[in-house]
Amino acid sequence: MDRLVLLAVVVVATLVLGLWWSRRQGVVRAVRPVAADDAFAAWHGTGVEPAGAVFVQFSAAVCSPCRQTARVLGALAAEVDDVAHVELDVDDHPDLVRRHGVLRTPTVLVLDRTGTEVARSSGAMSPRQAREALALATTGAR
Amino acid sequence: MTPETPDVTGAPTRDVPVIDVRGPRFGAAVTALLLAVVLVLGASVGGLVVLAVVAAGFAVGAVRGAQHTWQGWVFAHWVRPRLAASDEVEDARPPRFAQQVGFAITGVGAVLGAFGVLAAVPVAAAVALVAALLNAVFGLCLGCELYVLLGRLRGARRA
Repeated sequence: MDRLVLLAVVVVATLVLGLWWSRRQGVVRAVRPVAADDAFAAWHGTGVEPAGAVFVQFSAAVCSPCRQTARVLGALAAEVDDVAHVELDVDDHPDLVRRHGVLRTPTVLVLDRTGTEVARSSGAMSPRQAREALALATTGAR
Repeated sequence: MTPETPDVTGAPTRDVPVIDVRGPRFGAAVTALLLAVVLVLGASVGGLVVLAVVAAGFAVGAVRGAQHTWQGWVFAHWVRPRLAASDEVEDARPPRFAQQVGFAITGVGAVLGAFGVLAAVPVAAAVALVAALLNAVFGLCLGCELYVLLGRLRGARRA
């Protein structure tokens, strides 16, 4: 009997955890900007080039939602002028992963036209969340 | 089974094997059921045997991919033909990583149990059950949550 109660507790706790986890997917969080003279210079050699807004996506081969996020951001970059999407593999860029405090994939850093990170999102991203992130990068113009 | 144009776009790599997205989730549901049985059997020889069966399945999946486990075989031969056709496929590597994590957890539990530490059996089953349920019910991607952390731990040890 005690074991059935234990099983029920584990199952219910897992469902609560899963609901919380599902709701966090792709949520866009504004980031307090850290001032830098030429923030794009720090991305030299990664394929990140200056643009009105840049989505830098950290991905891994073992991550399936990364593909969905890449499709959503790729479509947005193709549709809106002066918006770029760059996907970086965490295995190829351990230094960047560390410097930017990336803990899971996909993690998307949203850079404004100065190269400053203004927003961040992790988990599978919906088109609506991508537009929300873009708005933060373009309206927060400095 | 593989569509002509796999829906795996973008970096990091292309031309990778793809599988029906529903297969690993079905397998996780079956595995969750077995792990629930282990929890009910508790710290006993019966629990150890069922846990060892689950661990053996994970071992195959960890090396060859989730589609080659017995759960994957059941899905391909009995379940998939009865489901509506779907072209939704995914890269086979994320589910394989999940199998490796599952093997690590249940393997430790089964080995400790075999050496007489039967208390490890329900503990390992509970941890693996949480992961399997999150996968089956919510489609949780374990690789996404753990891969970077494990990589950073490895890097920190080297440094």
